[in-house]
Amino acid sequence: MPFIEMHDVGKSFGAREVLAGVNFSMEEGEFVSIVGASASGKTTLLKIVSGLLEPGCGQVTMAGESVTGFSSQAAIVFQNYSLLPWLSALENVRLAVEAAFPSYSRARQDEHSERYLKMVGLGGALARRPSQLSGGMRQRVAIARAFAVEPRVMFLDEPFGALDALTRATLQQELARMCSEAGRPVTALMITNNVDEAILLSDRILTLSRGPSASLSPAVPIDLPRPRATDLLFHDEQAVRIRGRLAGFLAAGSRPRFGAPTNAAFSRGVSKSNVPVEA
Amino acid sequence: MKKIAANMVLALVGVTLVMLLWATLSQTVAKDLPSPLKTWEESKVYVLQPFDKRGEMDQGILRMAGYSLFRVAKGFLLAVLIGTPLGFLLGASNLFYKMFDPTIQVLRPISPLAWLPLGLVLFRQSEPAALFTIALCSMWPTVINTMQGVRAMPQDYHNVARVLRLSAWKRLTKVWLPATLPFMFTGYRLSLGLAWLVIVAAEMLTGTPGVGGFLWHGRNTTA
Repeated sequence: MPFIEMHDVGKSFGAREVLAGVNFSMEEGEFVSIVGASASGKTTLLKIVSGLLEPGCGQVTMAGESVTGFSSQAAIVFQNYSLLPWLSALENVRLAVEAAFPSYSRARQDEHSERYLKMVGLGGALARRPSQLSGGMRQRVAIARAFAVEPRVMFLDEPFGALDALTRATLQQELARMCSEAGRPVTALMITNNVDEAILLSDRILTLSRGPSASLSPAVPIDLPRPRATDLLFHDEQAVRIRGRLAGFLAAGSRPRFGAPTNAAFSRGVSKSNVPVEA
Repeated sequence: MKKIAANMVLALVGVTLVMLLWATLSQTVAKDLPSPLKTWEESKVYVLQPFDKRGEMDQGILRMAGYSLFRVAKGFLLAVLIGTPLGFLLGASNLFYKMFDPTIQVLRPISPLAWLPLGLVLFRQSEPAALFTIALCSMWPTVINTMQGVRAMPQDYHNVARVLRLSAWKRLTKVWLPATLPFMFTGYRLSLGLAWLVIVAAEMLTGTPGVGGFLWHGRNTTA
């Protein structure tokens, strides 16, 4: 029985149907990515799987039980870090640790939080507030916070979307390293619009068609050995092939946002994004 | 240094000019207005012995100001103690907001001194009636600002509290309070200003010792 399962899930906001007929399942210990263009309903999908949002129809189960709210066995990393600005890096992580391990002594909670911050390379910035940290460092704190509660499943909502390309590449490798050093297979579901990122980190990639009424395509398995270096994307035959396929899908999936008739689109002038591209 | 001295000289010139204007007015058009000199003669006993207590209403000016300050502090504290939780409830609960906001919007613009008769009826004594009036009048900025602060809290913070599964207490102390603190303090500052405005009038009407009472007593004893 799969660890997480979505069965025929749909969601509408008012008259706009964002998701329709989404079926999905993943096993424990898998790292799965869902790739989709922006505004395709990725975040809505993740919110529904994680229990932050109720599905309009269909069913979501985790470990055999119906998902009714954010699980105590889950952690999430948001795109915009979502750190509390009045708490230091250590206090931000400790707040999560306190809630997850109330039986630990204060000293042990401190030690535990510190260990995870050191793991993301922030051992020297424990006392700093988020405003005193760079974007990349803030996201490291958020990642440390997610790992620190030792969740059974981790949800990543475009975790590196707000970062510059260089920081993004570094953090992708860091995340891969954290997963391999966790001592047990990490179960993670990542939402991203970056194909390369998905290939570097995932065991399996699914694509979400562009909304409205978006649904998931069949999965593409990634059998590349780990650790995966960035240059793999350009040299490895399988990686290059998958990359081309996914990029083609993303481009083909692009069409005017609200499905306007083609004529109207043309009368407003043709832009690259609303012309279907042969993949 | 030179600049400060120059500024002080200018300020002194200004004061002198106003005094001159005052003296001229009291000599010419406004004969009932006492001249600066006469004013000083009459009031120097209160100013030069600011802490003296010669009778109920016959006390030094700083002692009187002290009474008023103390009363303001008590009324303001009461306003903060009632207004903050009320604002929190209004901001946090939509049900509560819809239920009580209309009533509050009606009560809020009521003139400060209109509360005083009610206070006097309720407490039968001037002191608690004055406190009641101050608290009730100065409470609204605290209520409204705290409410706005809670409502304006970014969705991010709600998400954090939710995904970390914080207890109600942690949610309040680690997320809600720090997030609304700047708004609350804006409210407190406005409330304190209002309390000080209200006190003089309240003391005048109740005749209690304090700045307002002192003024009213002064008016009553001058022919």
